[in-house]
Amino acid sequence: MPEPRRPKPVPTPETKHFWEGARAGELRLQRCRSCAKAYFPPRPFCPLCASTDTEVFRASGRATLYSYVIHHRPMPGFEPPYAIAVVTLEEGPRMMTNIVGCAQTPEALQLDMPLEVKFKTLDDDISLPVFAPAGAAS
Amino acid sequence: MTRAVTAIVGAAETTRLGEIPDMSQIALHADAARNALADCGLTVADVDGVATAGESPVAVAQYLGITPSWLDGTQVGGCSFMLHVRHAAAAIAAGHCKTVLITHGQSGRSRVGVGGFPGGAASLSGQFEAPYGIAGPPTSFTIPALRYMKEFGLTHEQLAMVAVIQREWASRNPRAMHRDPITVDDVLRSRVIAYPFHLLECCLVTDGGGALVVTAAERARDFPRKPVYVIGTGESSETPMISQMEDFTTSRAFRVSGRAAFAEAGIVPGDVDHLMIYDAFAHLPIYGLEDLGFVKRGEAGPFIWERNTAPAGKLALNTNGGGLSYTHTGMYGMFALQESVRQVRGTAPAQVPDVHISVAHGVGGMFAAAGTVVLCDERG
Repeated sequence: MPEPRRPKPVPTPETKHFWEGARAGELRLQRCRSCAKAYFPPRPFCPLCASTDTEVFRASGRATLYSYVIHHRPMPGFEPPYAIAVVTLEEGPRMMTNIVGCAQTPEALQLDMPLEVKFKTLDDDISLPVFAPAGAAS
Repeated sequence: MTRAVTAIVGAAETTRLGEIPDMSQIALHADAARNALADCGLTVADVDGVATAGESPVAVAQYLGITPSWLDGTQVGGCSFMLHVRHAAAAIAAGHCKTVLITHGQSGRSRVGVGGFPGGAASLSGQFEAPYGIAGPPTSFTIPALRYMKEFGLTHEQLAMVAVIQREWASRNPRAMHRDPITVDDVLRSRVIAYPFHLLECCLVTDGGGALVVTAAERARDFPRKPVYVIGTGESSETPMISQMEDFTTSRAFRVSGRAAFAEAGIVPGDVDHLMIYDAFAHLPIYGLEDLGFVKRGEAGPFIWERNTAPAGKLALNTNGGGLSYTHTGMYGMFALQESVRQVRGTAPAQVPDVHISVAHGVGGMFAAAGTVVLCDERG
C-alpha cells in the first residue's frame, strides 16, 4: 500500500542500482574486487581500500538485529510505537530499517535475532527494504 | 605539561537563558558576544578573528561591526565551538590574527529568526535513514544504547541515574532550567520518548547563547579576569549516519579527539579536576567517560551509579546540570566550554574546590563529530 506521507528517498546516480534492485525485490550491495569486502551505503569506490574496481551483487537478505529504539511519538506515515532498527547484514555492512511481522516491543525485539529482508512498496519507483523475523510468514 | 600558546580571556553566556521569544538567533549571538567582550574589557574594534556555527561568521562579523582578518565557519554540530577554540589557537600561533571571538546563539525553543533546513531526500541519510521514521536526535542518537546495554549489562536504572545526578548539579545552578531533585523512579516513570529513553533522559530545548574571546597566552595577564589557558585540543569525525557508526558501544571520534587533546596537553585522565561531557542524551556521559579513558570499557554505568560524578564525588562531571537540566539550545558545546571556564576561574555556582585542569568534550551530530578542549589555570 502506498504511503505518500513517509519521507521518500530520492536516488542519485551512485545509488540507482540499490533502488532498482529494491523495486525488483532484491537487496543489492556493492563489493570491492580488490579486497573482496562488501560495503554500504553505495558509492563508486571501496571505502576500505579506495579501489574503484567494484561490483554490484545481490545480498542474501539475511541479517541480525544490532540495535534499535521504539519511537512513541507521532510521525507522518507511521503508527507509533514503531521500532527504528539497525541490522547487520550477513555480508557485513549495516543498514537502518524497520522490523515488520512482529510486535514492536522490547520482548519481541531481541538483539541478535535472525531477520530476513522484505520489501515495502512506497510507490511505483520506490520499494523500501525492511526486515522480518527469519522464517515468519510475510 | 605543555606550555599554552593561547588563553581564553573573555567568556559569557547570553544575558537570559531558557525562553527568549523576543530575540532572533543572530541577536543572541550578538548579546553573548558583547557580554564576552565586556567580560575582558575589549570592544569589537579589538577583534580580528570570528568563528561561529549555525550562523555564517560573515553574518556575525557584519552584525557586530567587525572587520575580520580570519574566519572560521566550521559547522560540525554541537561541538563546533571546541573546534573553533582549536582552530583559533592555531591561527593565533601562525600570526593570522590576534584576538578571536567565538559566538553561539540559537533560538532552539522559540525559533525566532531561524533558517529552514533543506529536505535532503537525495542525501545518503535522506535515502537510507529518513524513510524508516527518524524524527530527529531522540530517534537516532539513541539507537546505539541498547547494543551498549546488552554488551556491558548497563541497566535502565543506571542510565536513569545519569539524569538524577545531573539534576543534583543543576539544583546548585540558579540559571539551570530544571532544578528540582528527581529520583531514578521519576526518570523511569517519565514518558517513553524512544525506548529505552524516557523524557528525563533527553536534553532540554532552549534559547540562548555564549561567546569566548581567545588570544595569545603572553597577553593573557593583561585582562581583568583570571586567564584560562588552552593547553590541549582535539577534533575528529566518524559518520553523518548513525547506522554507519562502526561500533555502537564506543565512539571513534571521541577516542581520536580525546587522545589528541590529552597528548597535546601532556596529561592523563587522572590529572583532570573537572570534566564536561556533552549530554544530549543520558548515554553520552557513559560513552565519554570510557572513550576519554576515565574508566575502562563497561565501567561507566556503575561508576556513575556509585555517585563518583555527583557533588562531592571523585570526578566532578557536568557541574552546570548539562544539556539534561541546565540548558540545551541545539548546539550545547558552547555551554560546556563556559562551565569549564567558570570552574577554572573559580566562579562557577557549583564550584568544585581546586580546579586546575578542566576538560570540555563535545559531540557533533549523532556521534558524527567530536571536539575536546583541555583548559588550565596555569600556562604550563
